[in-house]
Amino acid sequence: MDTSRWEAVIGLELHAQLATRSKIFSGAPTGYGAPPNRQACAVDLGLPGVLPVLNGTALSMAVKFGLAVGATVARHSVFARKNYFYPDLPKGYQISQYELPIVEGGAVHISTEGASRRVGITRAHLEEDAGKSVHDVVSGRSAIDLNRAGIPLLEIVSEPDMRSAAEAVAYMQEVHAIVRYLEICDGNMQEGSFRCDANVSVRRRGEHALGTRTELKNLNSFRFVERAIRHEIDRQIAVLESGGTVVQQTRHYDAERNDTRPLRDKEEANDYRYFPDPDLLPVEIDDAFVESIRSALPELPGDRRRRFVADYGLGLDEARLLTSDRHLANYFEATLGDEGADPRLAAHWVTGELGAHLNREGRDISASPVSPEMMQGLLRRLRDGTVSGPVAKEVLKAMWDGEGDADHVIEGRGLRQVNDDDALSRLVDDVLDAHPDQVSQFRSGRQKVLGYLVGQAMKASRGKANPQRVNALMRARLTE
Amino acid sequence: MSGPAGIPSAGVSEEELAHIAHLARLALDPREVPRLREELARILALVDEMNAIDTADLSPMAHPVETAQRLRRDEVGEEDRRELLQQGAPEVEDGLYLVPRVVD
Repeated sequence: MDTSRWEAVIGLELHAQLATRSKIFSGAPTGYGAPPNRQACAVDLGLPGVLPVLNGTALSMAVKFGLAVGATVARHSVFARKNYFYPDLPKGYQISQYELPIVEGGAVHISTEGASRRVGITRAHLEEDAGKSVHDVVSGRSAIDLNRAGIPLLEIVSEPDMRSAAEAVAYMQEVHAIVRYLEICDGNMQEGSFRCDANVSVRRRGEHALGTRTELKNLNSFRFVERAIRHEIDRQIAVLESGGTVVQQTRHYDAERNDTRPLRDKEEANDYRYFPDPDLLPVEIDDAFVESIRSALPELPGDRRRRFVADYGLGLDEARLLTSDRHLANYFEATLGDEGADPRLAAHWVTGELGAHLNREGRDISASPVSPEMMQGLLRRLRDGTVSGPVAKEVLKAMWDGEGDADHVIEGRGLRQVNDDDALSRLVDDVLDAHPDQVSQFRSGRQKVLGYLVGQAMKASRGKANPQRVNALMRARLTE
Repeated sequence: MSGPAGIPSAGVSEEELAHIAHLARLALDPREVPRLREELARILALVDEMNAIDTADLSPMAHPVETAQRLRRDEVGEEDRRELLQQGAPEVEDGLYLVPRVVD
C-alpha cells in the first residue's frame, strides 16, 4: 500500500465537561462516582412541568474558553433542542446550541516534529450531557443511570485542519492543556471529563475536494486517538486503492483489537430536527461581562511554553512537558526564587527525579510531599557543591519520605560533600593501600583502572567525596 | 416540504410522512395517512405564506418573550430524592432504571 500518494484530513469534536458544582440546567450535584441516580433530579429526568435554568458559571466558562482561543464570543446565543431517542436521554431531546452558539471562530497553534500548524476552531457550544446506559448488568435489560444527565459540556468543534494522527493528538493535547489552565475542566479522561470524536477522510495528495469521511467514537485516551486515526487512515486508503468507496458512517474504536467497526447509519442519526428550545430564553451577555472574564485570564500554555524557552533556555520538549500542567509549571517557577537559580538544573530535577517519584505513586504535582521551597533548597545545595548528583537523589528521596528539608536531611544523615583535601587524601591512600594489584596495573600502563579506583573511593565515602577532587588526587598519587 | 422564501411547498409525500413519523417514533394507522397529509399540507401552506414576506430587515425571534435568559448561581440546591422519583418507574434495580435492552 503506497500511503505517500494520499493525504489524510482530520477534524475533531472534543467534549469537555465543565467543572461546575451543579448541573447546567438544574441544582443537582455533579460529583463523579455517586451511586446510580442519586444525583439526578426532576429536571435531569425531564419530568413534565420542570423548567431548565441556565447555570451562570457554565456560561462564564464557555466565554473563558472562547477568549482563550481568540474566538468571537456571541453577545446573543440560543439554546436548541436536538431530537433523538435513546433511553439515557429521557426527554427525547438534548438541550444544545445550533444556529447561534456561544463561541465561533478562533484557533489553536500546534507543533509536531518541528512543523507548526494553525488549527481553526469552527465553534464551541454549550450543551447538557446524557445519562449512561449499561447493557450487561441485568439480562435482557438496559440499565440507566442519569447522574451524568445534565452535566454541562462544552463541545469544541475544529476545522478539518489536521493532516496526521500525530497532529490530531497534538491539537487535542493543546486544548486539554488550555481547558485545565482555565480551570474549566478537570481533563480526567478515564472519568470521561474530556472526550474525543474524530472525523477522518483521505484524498489524493494535491486534491482539494474532501473525501467521504467517517466518524470515530470511543477514543478515550490520547494513545487511542492516535492509534484509531492511524488505523482508520490506512483502512480508507486500502479501500480506495482496491477500487472501493468509503462509506460515510460512524465507527466504534475497539482498543483491544485496535480495530474500528461501523456503529450506525449516519444519515438517519443526523436527522436531529433542531429548533430553538421554548423553555430557554436567548442568552444575552454584555461587553462588561466579557471584559471581566478577559481580564482574569491566566497565561496560556502556548505563551508560557514560548516564555520558558526564551527566558529560561529550556528545550522545547522540556518546556512542553513543564507547561502541559499549570500546577507543574507553577511548581517549576516557584523553585527559581534564589539568586543564581539555574532554570535548566531545576527543570532537570523537577521533570526527572521528582517526576519519577510522582509517577511511581500516581500523584499529581499539587500532591507532592516535596514542596517547591524544599526543592529550591536542594537545588541550592547542588549548585554550591554541598552535595553531588547521586547524593541529591538520596536527599530528595528522604524529603519525599518526610524527613524534612534538604539542609536538615544533609546534616542529619551526614551527607555533606567532602571537599577538604586532607580528608580526601586520607581516603585516597586507604583505597590505594587496599588495592595493590590495581595500583601496579595502573603503573604498568593500564590507565583504565583509575576509574575503578575512583569508584571505590566514592563508595567508601558513601558518595560524599567530591568526585573531581578524588580523581585529581588519585591521579597525582599514582603518578608520583 | 417547505421551500426557500417565496417558493410554495408541494405538501408532504407519503414517504416523507412515514419518515417523520418514524423519527418521532409514532405508529401511524394507514387509514390516518390521507388526513394527516392534508393537515400538514395546510400547515405548510401557512409557512409558505410567511415565507413570502420579505424579512431581510427583521431579526429572527427565537422566543415570543422579549427578555433574556435569567442565570442561576452555580449552587447545589437539589437533594437526593431517588426513592420518590423511582416510584413512577416501571422497573428499577439497584437504583438503576431498567428499560428494554438497546444494543449499540
